[in-house]
Amino acid sequence: MKLLLVDDSATMRRIQRTQLNNLGITDIIEAGNGEEAYSMLTANMPLDYIMLDWNMPVMDGFTFLKKVRENAAYAAVKIVMCTSESEKTKVIEALKAGANNYLVKPFTPEALKEKLGI
Amino acid sequence: MDVQYVNPFIIATITTFKTMLNTDVAPGRPHAKQEPGPSYDVSGIIGLSGDAQGSIAISFPRIMALRVVSALLGSEIKIVGSELTDGIGEIANIIAGNAKQHLQNFNLLISLPQVIIGKDHVIAGQKGVPTLVVPFNCSFGDFSMEVALKTN
Repeated sequence: MKLLLVDDSATMRRIQRTQLNNLGITDIIEAGNGEEAYSMLTANMPLDYIMLDWNMPVMDGFTFLKKVRENAAYAAVKIVMCTSESEKTKVIEALKAGANNYLVKPFTPEALKEKLGI
Repeated sequence: MDVQYVNPFIIATITTFKTMLNTDVAPGRPHAKQEPGPSYDVSGIIGLSGDAQGSIAISFPRIMALRVVSALLGSEIKIVGSELTDGIGEIANIIAGNAKQHLQNFNLLISLPQVIIGKDHVIAGQKGVPTLVVPFNCSFGDFSMEVALKTN
């Protein structure tokens, strides 16, 4: 399983990488914003999952999500929005725009496993 | 001080430690800080503005801060440096984000966290605004939350 981890905080990426490693997911690539993530996505297909932060500089997670879902070539990539923005309207907005699931920080390894469907 | 602004941060601290570090946090009896005095060695400070103005600080002894961030990052951190400050900042950020969902009825802006390091540093609040100290205990050790908020 190959996963793209997108978060502007290198520390948060490290925390999440540790959680993913504990679940047996080790094929992980990282990006610090949506723009960087899009370049990595195009260069690293096939990808199985994207774990995506919402608030990021340059290109935020929601803009990235919409851009990915506009391209049929990436339709099979599952996207889990991973954010502290727990307002219901934002979550609904993300799901409508094509996110497969969402996680509200902080989350347990069990919740991560469930949302990734592994 | 209005507890409806404080309780979400206490709940968020308990939730964050349970979910991220798999440890139960027990809050002690809150007490007023009579005069500015030393906090612990490492503090993550979140600023609030809007209906409540001031700050909420999560303070840790140095050894505990190192243990907590080591557990979060999955590798041992031995020195006080950027890994430690980033880790404590991220914990404060997660606590603030989690508390925010319980504060949606208020007009409240929550800042990005600042981290202060220094043995026995003092967090001074606004003049005339009392500081409430909430002690916590968990398997990593003792730490505290200092709340200094002026409410409208």
